[in-house]
Amino acid sequence: MARVGLLLRPDLCIGCRACQVACKQWNGLPAEKTRNTGTHENPPDLSANLFNRIKFIEISDNGHGIRWLFVSQRCMHCGEPACVEVCPVKAITRTEDGIVLYDREKCIACHACKEACPFRIPRYDQGGKGKIAKCHFCFERIRAGLTPACAKTCPTDAIKFGKRDELILYSKKLGYPVIYGEKELGGLGVIFALREDPKVYRLAENPQMPAHVAFWSTLLKLTLGKRGSKLLRYFV
Amino acid sequence: MTNQFNDLKNADVILVMGANPAENHPISMRWIMAAKEKRNAKLIVVDPRFTRTAAKADLYVPIRSGSDIAFLGGLIKYIIDNNLFFKEYLVNYTDAPFLVDPAFKLPDELDGVFSGYDENKRSYDKSTWKYQLDEKGVPKKDYTLSDPHCVFQLLKRHYSRYTLDTVAYITGAPKDKIEEAYRIIASTGKPDRTCTVCYAMGWTQHTVGTQNVRAFSIVQLLLGNIGMAGGGINALRGESNVQGATDAGILYHILPGYNPVPTAQDTNLNTYIQKYTPVTKEPKSLNWLSNRPKYIVSYLKALYGENAKKENDFCYDYLPKIESGQDYSFITMFDNMYKGKIKGFFAWGQNPACSVANSNKVRKALAKLDWLVVVNLWDNETSSFWRGPGMDPKKVKTEVFFLPCCASFEKEGSITNSGRIAQWRYKALNPPGLAMPDADIINELYFRIKKLYEKEGGAFPEPILKLTWDYGEKDASGKVKHVDTHLVAKEINGYFTEDVPVHPVDKKSYKKGQQLPSFAFMLDDGRSACGNWIYSGSYTDSINMMARRGKEDPTGLGLFLNWAWAWPVNRRILYNRASVDPKGNPYDPERPVIKWDPVNRRWIGDVPDGPQPPLAEEGGKLPFIMKPLGVGTVFGTGLADGPFPTHYEPLECPFVENPLYKKHRINPTVKIFKDVPEDRFVVCDTRYPYICTTYRVTEHWQTGVMTRHMDWLRELQPQIFVEIGRELAKEKGIKSGDKVIVSSPRGRIWAIAIVTDRFRPLKVAGQTIHQVGLPWHFGWRFPEDGSGGDSANLLTPTVGDPNTMIPETKVFTVNVEKA
Repeated sequence: MARVGLLLRPDLCIGCRACQVACKQWNGLPAEKTRNTGTHENPPDLSANLFNRIKFIEISDNGHGIRWLFVSQRCMHCGEPACVEVCPVKAITRTEDGIVLYDREKCIACHACKEACPFRIPRYDQGGKGKIAKCHFCFERIRAGLTPACAKTCPTDAIKFGKRDELILYSKKLGYPVIYGEKELGGLGVIFALREDPKVYRLAENPQMPAHVAFWSTLLKLTLGKRGSKLLRYFV
Repeated sequence: MTNQFNDLKNADVILVMGANPAENHPISMRWIMAAKEKRNAKLIVVDPRFTRTAAKADLYVPIRSGSDIAFLGGLIKYIIDNNLFFKEYLVNYTDAPFLVDPAFKLPDELDGVFSGYDENKRSYDKSTWKYQLDEKGVPKKDYTLSDPHCVFQLLKRHYSRYTLDTVAYITGAPKDKIEEAYRIIASTGKPDRTCTVCYAMGWTQHTVGTQNVRAFSIVQLLLGNIGMAGGGINALRGESNVQGATDAGILYHILPGYNPVPTAQDTNLNTYIQKYTPVTKEPKSLNWLSNRPKYIVSYLKALYGENAKKENDFCYDYLPKIESGQDYSFITMFDNMYKGKIKGFFAWGQNPACSVANSNKVRKALAKLDWLVVVNLWDNETSSFWRGPGMDPKKVKTEVFFLPCCASFEKEGSITNSGRIAQWRYKALNPPGLAMPDADIINELYFRIKKLYEKEGGAFPEPILKLTWDYGEKDASGKVKHVDTHLVAKEINGYFTEDVPVHPVDKKSYKKGQQLPSFAFMLDDGRSACGNWIYSGSYTDSINMMARRGKEDPTGLGLFLNWAWAWPVNRRILYNRASVDPKGNPYDPERPVIKWDPVNRRWIGDVPDGPQPPLAEEGGKLPFIMKPLGVGTVFGTGLADGPFPTHYEPLECPFVENPLYKKHRINPTVKIFKDVPEDRFVVCDTRYPYICTTYRVTEHWQTGVMTRHMDWLRELQPQIFVEIGRELAKEKGIKSGDKVIVSSPRGRIWAIAIVTDRFRPLKVAGQTIHQVGLPWHFGWRFPEDGSGGDSANLLTPTVGDPNTMIPETKVFTVNVEKA
């Protein structure tokens, strides 16, 4: 099965956040009571009720130059997902076509996945204390032959859904010098076509599972097997 | 729009000025980004604030709000001085070569006004604003464009003061950015390059609003960009169907299809026809509006059916008349309401307690009414005005009726987008509760009012009693049960009211009741009826053209002639005959909108502006068919405030005088409201030192009545904010997220400060000027806890453009203090 992908092109994103709303609509997620904290960015963070959000990044130099970047924050659907690796109960799995899925029935709310995630994406219900919730690539839509809700609604094609290989080829053809996610962590399912250094967009440079998580995870697994995995949460 | 949203993809240069498509017309950005990506088009954004559109721009030029004409005047000068205009186009298709009356004087000669100004009346006698005519009555021309009285030379003289230094001095924009913008825009004065403009309320909501648009229309004529794919003058209209509403005659001075509303002096049909039907002596002009008699007679036939006969002037007497020269515009209406001159008011699909400038005045005016009917989806600041801030419900005598209506998804009908495309849409679900479609509410009102007239008589019952109203199945009493929108649409298209055995147009025969194929088939003798001539052809005998969904695009330009239907006659790009040379060959062969096929003697491509052959051929016609002289007018004599746009300061500004014309600080034809205490305004007042502008954001719509109730949108933009530059914030000790008070001479509101470098102080006329901005989406009624804040229009002044009376809500002065 070919790996699916989402190609994000911040240079086309107009910060309209239709993707945020479409995601909530498809997933039936309630709104949060927010307030304006001096920025257009809202809600302030991902949550069990917010699977993707647009970060508004204002960059100004002391001259007259100003830029305003709009960058999506969401699960990257890693090729080698640290969350799958550390989940003691196999509540998180990776599908054949590369979607990092989760099963809330199995989740034991140990929260090891967020600690392990190089992007610190997973969020938890019950006010952050409960079970995992995050972007699942609109798994059911894809299986029904539809595109994910965010890609479907994006007015400028800043989010494009397709086969991952083809999307990478396409962005190279368009002349993007940086394809963030092409190689990182076994290749990300969510790839960013950029014309600048990823750090301009506040994307993690050389993302890795935190060393201490990797250390304890490996150690516990080797020494105690399945039981060790369940203990991981006490070490990270 | 002369062009289409998707035509933006055909542009080489896109100027966004007075608009913010990324936030207010997000889908249009699809086409702008496509132009950038596929054509390497340049996007220029000129705006007081660095917007989400500016974030996508190749060039952003900050500007002081209200100084657009200085910027655009400088552009006109730049194009002329550097000889970058498209001369063949200008000479053949515009009035640039026409000679003007030598008695006409420019503001340079008259201290800031054109000839004919009357200071007491604050208006112009336009008798010198005219062309010199030859013995045949046709304007005299100088095709070399060198005669000092020709329009081109006058234009050149008028803008000679608008040097780069002057433009920078007035606008506050950096000189290098101004010049770069000019260079890029002027690069499209070539046949194979086009520039388009996206504008919206940022141009129109000024005391020089109409002239802002005019200024760029002149630029487009100079560069030969009107009629071209990727060109034109494109108003991004602020509501999905506001184009349709305007077409249908929602404004006080126009009937459906832009026929003028008669005045009290137009005592009979013949007088009306004589007065409003333009005549021309120019043999090559099609002068389309010479058809006016057909349109007005057919309109009267649609209204009064069998009752409308030649003998009774087709019931012309039944049309309401306005007093000549009287202003019935929105802000004047509320002024009159405040003064107790208006007893009852329908606020239908609107929320004037938040949307109209100087909302405190509006809210007080509503309290002077005997009755108020609000038709809306939700109770709002207008329907609940009597219990709003500062109101004592015990003292308000206004009786308020609330009629719940359907949302667009709960009824069937057409909407007309900015590009004049009328698109049929279907009902998706039943309305909740007692909500009804607007048409059914009107239907209920009509039959009740009719009944009262039947019972009580009244001063003039006939205009109501004799109306045709065949919009659906009737009950035993003769009342239409429910309005069938298809029947309304069919009447708008028009039909033959009698058999026409040999039609003068195609010699074919038509039966009574048959739909009109197009407005070309309309007659002025009462044998055709038509609710709105520009929509004729939208619903024919065989098909509802608006419901078509064909996706064929043979030219690749995105004309999509089989997708829905555009007025007039399905033309997608207006003035398209100006996109070809006098022989009918496209100026840009790569993007041919139309092309003359000399073998079959017909046009190929878009529906041409008239089927006549190209200008140079026998029987050929000039391209601007709606103009009596057939050409685009650089010299605009139709406006109240001058034939050329001229820089005047906004009503409220931090300057005591106009840097260009000392004697006239503001537009000399603006009406000054000063009768009531709420009409306060200040000039160069240290209590209100900052320029404020208002706008909308992606996440909300208009006064927010529809979007504030939508949790997912309120989550994104929960509260009113004021955007403030970092320098000003530092001066005032304000931090991002602080609650601040924004006050103007008319009111004060709280807002959350967003401190940002997207507003930068500008150096204007030697002073440092700070600008701040507020959205006007919020209101006290919802959210119920008041956490959203109130309307920015509590601060805006009652003053309007002299041509349209659109209020100046884009620039006024305020103070900002930490709460």
